[in-house]
Amino acid sequence: MTDDEGRKIVTPGEVIFTGDDYLPGEGTEKKDKKIIALRLGIVEESNNLVKIIPISGVYIPRRGNVVIGKIEDITFNGWIINIDAPTSSFLSVMECPRYLNKSDLSEFLDIGELVVAKIDSVKRKGVDLTIKIKGLGKVEGGLIIKINSSKVPRVIGKEGSMVNLIKKETNCEMTVGQNGYVWIKGNSIEEELFAKKAVMLVAEQALLNGLTDKIKEWFDKEKK
Amino acid sequence: MAIKKSSDSIRPDGRKIDECREIKAKVGVIPNADGSAMFAFGDTIAIAAVYGPKPLHPQHLQNPEKGVLRCNYNMLSFSVTERIKPGSSRRSQEISKVTEWALYPALMIDKYPNTVVDVHISILQANASTRVAGINAASLALAHAGVPMKSLVAAVSIGKIDKTLIVDVSKDEEDWEEGEGATDIPFAFVEDGEAISLLQLDGKIMPEQLKEAAEMAQKACKEIIEIQRKALKEVVKE
Repeated sequence: MTDDEGRKIVTPGEVIFTGDDYLPGEGTEKKDKKIIALRLGIVEESNNLVKIIPISGVYIPRRGNVVIGKIEDITFNGWIINIDAPTSSFLSVMECPRYLNKSDLSEFLDIGELVVAKIDSVKRKGVDLTIKIKGLGKVEGGLIIKINSSKVPRVIGKEGSMVNLIKKETNCEMTVGQNGYVWIKGNSIEEELFAKKAVMLVAEQALLNGLTDKIKEWFDKEKK
Repeated sequence: MAIKKSSDSIRPDGRKIDECREIKAKVGVIPNADGSAMFAFGDTIAIAAVYGPKPLHPQHLQNPEKGVLRCNYNMLSFSVTERIKPGSSRRSQEISKVTEWALYPALMIDKYPNTVVDVHISILQANASTRVAGINAASLALAHAGVPMKSLVAAVSIGKIDKTLIVDVSKDEEDWEEGEGATDIPFAFVEDGEAISLLQLDGKIMPEQLKEAAEMAQKACKEIIEIQRKALKEVVKE
């Protein structure tokens, strides 16, 4: 079955392709010369590699992802951070960009505060984060909204086209975490709320094609 | 419920022997859950909410080899004519456990060690066959939550009016004492209706007839899987 734009939607257990021509990618499995879907989503096929783009569900951490998390606890050598993933994640003091007094880590990041971090490694036991790279660190000011992590690629757009559009139109700074948290910081609360409205609209219409153009139109109409 | 008897059917509501009540399925009914669904066989309505995979606490319940599935079946106090005491009961604990066993073979949560997938099933309205409606709703909710699954899970109950097997029993049929007596056999199928993951028997049946019942259930479950697929695809289209 396909949707209005010709994309193929599959459900668990459904056969996507039959024959030896295709390789199973993410969210699929090969069984008796058949490529079988393991989750609900939209089929994407390139170079005979078949994978499923999820449309719902929880965030699964991947190496290199930028995420926004909440400090849950402080240990003697770092912070335990909740990034809304199946496993817990840890930010070590070693991964901090400046010298810290180890006896009081709450001076730098306290429980309940938010942090933008990059996933350094994904291990069986959990996720290790880093904030050594520029642009990462504590979330200060602005507002945070949560969307489903499967909608994040649409909010970012092709090479960041959507984020840049929203940034330009609303004069806000925006950081989109792969886990679905979006940090918006503008000069006034009105601008921030306007940006929030735009992000929510993108998340709502995440399955439409040519979304960036539609949002552009929407901005033109809203600004009048 | 008024009992009307049509001339060509032995069933109280005039259905054919292999006919289910009207099936309704809807995905995404609970916005705060990671996955949710509603499934109804006529007057029997079940909703399911799935949370996870998420870290499992307390820690001693964690399994470092694979993920854990936790089911919770609950009949709401207003779901039947006579109000039932809310909360856990012996019956609901048993059904929670068998639901867990029925769903687990379809899931692939071994890649998420030390985590849990929570499934909460609530029966909004009951007219027999609640556990199978609950399993169907849970299967949809699990798929919606993006939990890796080998296949969907479909379930149906087979009953007996005297010697005749019937699909999808209602309350009147469940209490049918004439002839051989009341019989209720819930079935759940995985692997697209090829393997049984739940089989219970309340009442009595001849061994040969049980095979026949399994075949009837299989046929009905394959139809239910199609309805489930349709409901899941609707959530994509919106």
